[in-house]
Amino acid sequence: MDLRRDMGNGQQSLWSRILSFIGRLLLAISIPLIAFYVLYLGFVFLRDSQAPRAVIALVAIVWGVGGVALLYWIFNGLVEMLPDAWTTRLLPFVFVGPAVAILGWYLAIPTLRTFYISLFDRDGPPAGMNFLQQLSSQAFVGLSNYRAVFTESLMLEAFRNNLMWIVFGSTLSVTFGLVVAVLADRSRFEKVAKSFIFLPYAISFVGASIIWNFIYEYRPANQPQVGLLNAIVTSFGGTPQAWPQWVSIIPWNNLFLIVIVIWLQAGFSMVLFSAALKGIPDELLEAGRIDGANEFQIFFRIMIPYIQGTIISVWTTVVIFTLKIFDVVWVMTGGQFGTHVIATQFYRQSFTNGNSGYGSAIAIVLLIAVIPVMYYNLKQFREQEAF
Amino acid sequence: MESGKRQKLLGSLFVNGTLLLLVMLWTIPTLGIFVSSFRNRDDIGTSGWWNVLPHREWQPVREIDPKELGVDPNGVMEIEGATGTFEEFREGIATPDGKRVTWIGNKRIGKVEVQEWVWTVNWNFTLDNYRQVLGGQDFVFKKPDGTVEVVPGDNMNRAFLNSLSVAVPSTVIPILIAAFAAYAFAWMNFPGRRAFFITVVALLVVPLQIALVPILRDYKALNLNGTFLAIWLAHTGFGLALATYLLYNYISTLPRDILESAFIDGASHFTVFTQLILPLSVPALASFAIFQFLWIWNDYLVALIFLGGNPEFELVTQRMAAIVGARGQDWHLLTAGAFISMVLPLAVFFGLQRYFVRGLLAGSVKG
Repeated sequence: MDLRRDMGNGQQSLWSRILSFIGRLLLAISIPLIAFYVLYLGFVFLRDSQAPRAVIALVAIVWGVGGVALLYWIFNGLVEMLPDAWTTRLLPFVFVGPAVAILGWYLAIPTLRTFYISLFDRDGPPAGMNFLQQLSSQAFVGLSNYRAVFTESLMLEAFRNNLMWIVFGSTLSVTFGLVVAVLADRSRFEKVAKSFIFLPYAISFVGASIIWNFIYEYRPANQPQVGLLNAIVTSFGGTPQAWPQWVSIIPWNNLFLIVIVIWLQAGFSMVLFSAALKGIPDELLEAGRIDGANEFQIFFRIMIPYIQGTIISVWTTVVIFTLKIFDVVWVMTGGQFGTHVIATQFYRQSFTNGNSGYGSAIAIVLLIAVIPVMYYNLKQFREQEAF
Repeated sequence: MESGKRQKLLGSLFVNGTLLLLVMLWTIPTLGIFVSSFRNRDDIGTSGWWNVLPHREWQPVREIDPKELGVDPNGVMEIEGATGTFEEFREGIATPDGKRVTWIGNKRIGKVEVQEWVWTVNWNFTLDNYRQVLGGQDFVFKKPDGTVEVVPGDNMNRAFLNSLSVAVPSTVIPILIAAFAAYAFAWMNFPGRRAFFITVVALLVVPLQIALVPILRDYKALNLNGTFLAIWLAHTGFGLALATYLLYNYISTLPRDILESAFIDGASHFTVFTQLILPLSVPALASFAIFQFLWIWNDYLVALIFLGGNPEFELVTQRMAAIVGARGQDWHLLTAGAFISMVLPLAVFFGLQRYFVRGLLAGSVKG
């Protein structure tokens, strides 16, 4: 009796094993297929649908967010169905895979591709040729795009302007941030004051450009000035100007654009400095005061050396930011009136002029300019053990 | 003792005074467009926004028809005690009793105003600017003299919804992907772990400009350009390196014991990740989410390139830039539009300031 039952069990378990194997196989194939199909339907809906905007927005959000979560869930489920040894081996790649694939597609490979494109003339490497044919074709121009980058007058203007952005933009936003942080630290109104200074950080460059365009608004001298700056200037008897477009003071008209970024970024440096200042031990400051140091000596001799690391990391961050500045210049002046910077030149060459070889060379130059600053920046942040 | 107290008071006066000055400098630009966005279309173009504050200006007290006076505009005239030529009257001539006489209009059908220098405020506030900027249809604008002008609406509504549909998935997707990757880097063993992680950190230096041309080519080949998916993936790609790096910094410092006891209880990596790690990482996730959301909401360049060709999918920043380009003088639209574009970031900023600051301190700064 016992034996038969055992045999029955064995048979049943064999059958059920086969069935479950087939079931798993079917599931393993059909679940991703169904999932991909559903995701594809969502994609088509979003691309072609005439539904009301609010419905599309909702579908977009649910589809985009839910789709990614669904894919992880499915792939995890599939890998967990495998034998344990394989699960352990494959699961990390389910977790890391998407990130690595996307970073590869969007950053790593494009860097190489952009460099490759930068060696060709305006249309890039000719299509339909293999690698060697491309390199020996007429379109291959070697490094001459780079020679143009460093000799063309508009590019030289852009380099000069970016230098101004770095020198004035980053230095002044760091200085203002530091000043506000130190002052707020001693004020009863610390929270309110810091909120107001920090507020512009949440405003887009396009929004900020409108705000400042309104301040710089120009009307001929005999009309009422609606721009604040010109109203102030004329009330003191000066002549109104279209400040960022004031061509006779090139390159100093760039300062009117740089002010915008100082206004936006000072809050950022203030927050970091404020936290760093709070980290200075009170005993240190007390000791300085007992020794008869005045407030300025305390600031320059104790505070600044103590938060030096923060100053460097904030400064490098803003430098990187100003190196890549684009939106403000593009919306305010479009690069006219001697205000082009590297990123606007890149945009103009790549997309307005359709000269992808030259544009790519500019992008590579930008990358090379950013690398040392970024390296220094990351090193600083690591040393401070943020988070 | 007394002098010490005085010095302290002076010091606090200096500190708070300078602070107040800086705060005002930083706030006035925003205040200007905020006030202007509620002002009448005609007022914005003819007087500065600061005229909403009490100030003194010439206000008409009486109107005179010059024909009744019988003066000759081509010669020297005397009106209400003021003497001068037509050109001088156009500028306004002061009368002995402190009033001013000004000729409005031309010589033949103009009128003369007697004006007084009085305190006044300019408070013609309206919501019309917002209606016009938000609406998609034509907007009927009534001028003060009764004529009607039809102007096209600016469809900011649609742009706002588009921006939301871009920003929310572009925030959540990279965070989800980065959190999975950060977990694997921190708590799983696999060949190439170190190499992959170093690559991720190295990619922090790549400015997104580098990727635009190649990615645009891919999108054109895949027929993806101008779709939501295209821009989600682009933002995911550009934000992922930083997200992974920051979340790794956080997740790798979580106490090892919690995870180990979960594994002993038979939990799988997926369960540990979703049930333990994600809830524990909420502070880090939230602060990165705020930043990513703001970058995307405020982004102009990426949208310009990957959504540029499709007006249906225009975002708030693109819409604003388009209004600047096409109607840079229409300040009633620009100011209202700018303020609409700022509403959400400012709400996020004020509502979640704590996370915001924490995120900054953790290095949430896009390289």
